[in-house]
Amino acid sequence: MDLPDPYLPGAISLFEQLDKKLLVVLRDGRKLIGFLRSIDQFANLILEDVVERTFVEKYFCETGQGFMLIRGENVELAGEIDDSIPTGLTQVSPEEFRRIEDEYLAKNPPKFLKRQAEKTEEHEA
Amino acid sequence: MLFFSFFKSLVGKDVVIELKNDLSICGTLHSVDQYLNMKLTDITVSDPERFPHMVSVKNCFIRGSVVRYVQLPSDQVDTQLLADSCRKELADSKAKQ
Repeated sequence: MDLPDPYLPGAISLFEQLDKKLLVVLRDGRKLIGFLRSIDQFANLILEDVVERTFVEKYFCETGQGFMLIRGENVELAGEIDDSIPTGLTQVSPEEFRRIEDEYLAKNPPKFLKRQAEKTEEHEA
Repeated sequence: MLFFSFFKSLVGKDVVIELKNDLSICGTLHSVDQYLNMKLTDITVSDPERFPHMVSVKNCFIRGSVVRYVQLPSDQVDTQLLADSCRKELADSKAKQ
């Protein structure tokens, strides 16, 4: 069995990512990006210079969140970001993003809204 | 501890981990701990259009509690050995009682 040397299992293996730029996906689907400053065995994370990234189609927007401690139970995934990989995504300002998001939602309403609209139509017919 | 030991024997092999949010990540297993938290290197995501944030991630840590399935390389798994160690573990725990 070839184990990396030193073998840091599971959450502790995040030590290798200390001071690197990390993408943390939370259980509620939020994506936070920041520099990893500290971790523990529960995968509680301390991130510095955090931004939250929101995505719509090929666009994303960043909002600053400052310095954060994330409780481990809310962490789904933590990945090291390689900025040299082209993503094909465009960053836009929050105002622009809101406009794009509204347009997108007008074209693709969320499923529960669609169902509601169908129900009212049935009712009216 | 059987599954922990089992996953430790798969370190360095390619696996696909499907999460409870339907994200499936293919990569090389780098490390695993007793909660079955796992770390993958050199990852690819099966549906990058749905998960655009994963494109720029090369290696990642996954919390064991969000994993739904792990797809294993079938040629690397000795099912006979697994069954035997399961029986052995059961016998050991009975002997302890």
